[in-house]
Amino acid sequence: MSTSFTPVVVGSAAPDTPAPATPRGVAHRGGSANPSVAALQQRFGNAVQQVDVVWGETNIVVGHDQLLEIVRWLHDDPGQRYDYLSDVTAVEYRDPERPLEVVWHLRSLPFRRFLRLKVRLARGAAVLEVPSVWSVYKGADWLERECFDMFGIRFAGHPDLRRILMWEQYKEGFPLRKDFPLRGRFSRSEQLRQALAANPEARYSKEELSIADAFEDLPDDMRRRLTAGEKTGE
Amino acid sequence: MATKRTIDVELATTGLDAHGRPQRVPFAVDESGAPVALEAPPALEPDLAGEHMLINLGPQHPATHGVLRLVLELDGETVVRCIPHIGYLHCGFEKIGEYRQYNQVIPWTDREDYLNSPGNNVAFALGAERLFGIEITERCKVLRVILMELSRIISHLVWLGTTCIDIGAFTPFLWSFEQRERVYKLFEDWIGARLTTTFTRVGGMGADVPDGWVDSLHAFVKNFPKTVAEIDRVVTRNGIWVGRCVGLGVMSADEAINYGLSGPMVRASGVAYDVRKDFPYLDYETYDFDVPVGTNGDVYDRYLVRMEELRQSVRILEQAIERLPEGPVNVDDHRVILPPKSKATSDMESMIHHFKQVMEGPRPPIGEAYLAVESPKGEKGYYMVSDGTSKPVRWRIRPPSFVNLSAIPKMVEGHLLSDVIAINASIDIVMGEVDR
Repeated sequence: MSTSFTPVVVGSAAPDTPAPATPRGVAHRGGSANPSVAALQQRFGNAVQQVDVVWGETNIVVGHDQLLEIVRWLHDDPGQRYDYLSDVTAVEYRDPERPLEVVWHLRSLPFRRFLRLKVRLARGAAVLEVPSVWSVYKGADWLERECFDMFGIRFAGHPDLRRILMWEQYKEGFPLRKDFPLRGRFSRSEQLRQALAANPEARYSKEELSIADAFEDLPDDMRRRLTAGEKTGE
Repeated sequence: MATKRTIDVELATTGLDAHGRPQRVPFAVDESGAPVALEAPPALEPDLAGEHMLINLGPQHPATHGVLRLVLELDGETVVRCIPHIGYLHCGFEKIGEYRQYNQVIPWTDREDYLNSPGNNVAFALGAERLFGIEITERCKVLRVILMELSRIISHLVWLGTTCIDIGAFTPFLWSFEQRERVYKLFEDWIGARLTTTFTRVGGMGADVPDGWVDSLHAFVKNFPKTVAEIDRVVTRNGIWVGRCVGLGVMSADEAINYGLSGPMVRASGVAYDVRKDFPYLDYETYDFDVPVGTNGDVYDRYLVRMEELRQSVRILEQAIERLPEGPVNVDDHRVILPPKSKATSDMESMIHHFKQVMEGPRPPIGEAYLAVESPKGEKGYYMVSDGTSKPVRWRIRPPSFVNLSAIPKMVEGHLLSDVIAINASIDIVMGEVDR
């Protein structure tokens, strides 16, 4: 085993900063913003639409079109090095007028910084779409799929944007949207009917079967059903 | 013909060969003792190269640690591609959270990562307190540190026991579950519940520790390292264990960071990222403990890192017992903490507070907060958005198991089917948290 690699020290890029400590007496609004904000504003100018500091965390609202460019720059620039994507999620407010927000939580391990990026999606758009950051962070794969699954936001450039927590044939919509009732759209009896009508034999999607040669070995009727576009459990 | 000797098969009991390298068993050596590759026997079957097979593993397979389903494309026994399917345990916790007051969400945090319930309770309370702008008392901080480290211990013990069973050892399972039972006894004495503790409140805890509880914790802390040492003696240098763990599922440091891995997964790859050290909470920076890191990023290093974390948790617990200060547990703020029942029935103002809190719930100011803690699985974050009402607009769980599991197709590629079990076990997933 000669594959051992040298340990990566978090905070190595900023040795002069004081040791991290539990924040105390955090102000509701205001306080020192993340130093990356100034660099971002200088580099991207108008793409940085709004900056505020809430409970000690810096929120940056950026333009939809420049998002991928900004994220890539934050990741690659030697003065920023946001190499860790903590989370991708979205927020829909109870006020139906307010735009949907897609939220990225980024961490810079070398500088020990934390940044929240937001993109606002106007109401009324036919397709909610933002760029995918999968090409920068591989960890975005499932996080973006979950966000799509729960909110119906499409991530352009994601290699495999499918539902992840709900099943692929789920027809009720997007559960975390505010117009989705807590109990679901379908009645219990309709949900039960669909569950009973599901075909437990069709366990694989055609895509899965076609990656292996096993498709040819299936019984005729199942092959016919799959070719006709039937998917798992339908 | 070359002068190849007949193969000596040795059962290495230490797991290391003559040169001190970890070695799979059985292995072959030549005259000088250097390992040689075993020659494959002549094929008995017609050539099947290129024929791929589809294998379904789970969701009811006992070694997938819950309802995880992996569809594996195999070439012989080698995994070519892995397609995970999750969501069988999806309960919509985040949706339900939008219809509950902050304190009413805490029971749901028990049920996502159910091996680490007290840790989740503490994490949620910390996030909500940031959103409310509350500073908790010193005694509460130390009690919460004790809770978090105890739940780290039980979570790692379950991981250790079940992984040993997956890989073929049964005894360490019994030893680790015996110690886990002792921690659950401690929880029961303090909290009243064992698995679903629901023990924190926004601004404090459900109750202070009972008399004599710290002594029983002290006894546990004194005895527990013996079990760790015993398991260490039986497992760490065991030939079968080493052979089944070394070199599997390797993630390099850059890959681990890029995939967003956290916790023991990222530390085994040599990245010393620990939320307790780098983005501290609960005054963790004042405790003296080490962050273990691996150097190979394989299943074996993940095991070593978790074993060391057990010892470090004991160190933190010792210091927490030392410093546990006297004083109140809950903040003195009746907008968030219920007044005592005796006062609520005798004092007008307390009764109003009690009524307002139970009927409406405390209201945080408009704002948002993301608070991450180091759960046994990794960086667990709660992102809460408030619009000024008593229920969160959005309650988001950043699930470490979910993100760690998303790297499994990359990790199992090119390994044998039996190694998929070991690699999957090494991620330490809890499907309740993956699916939520």
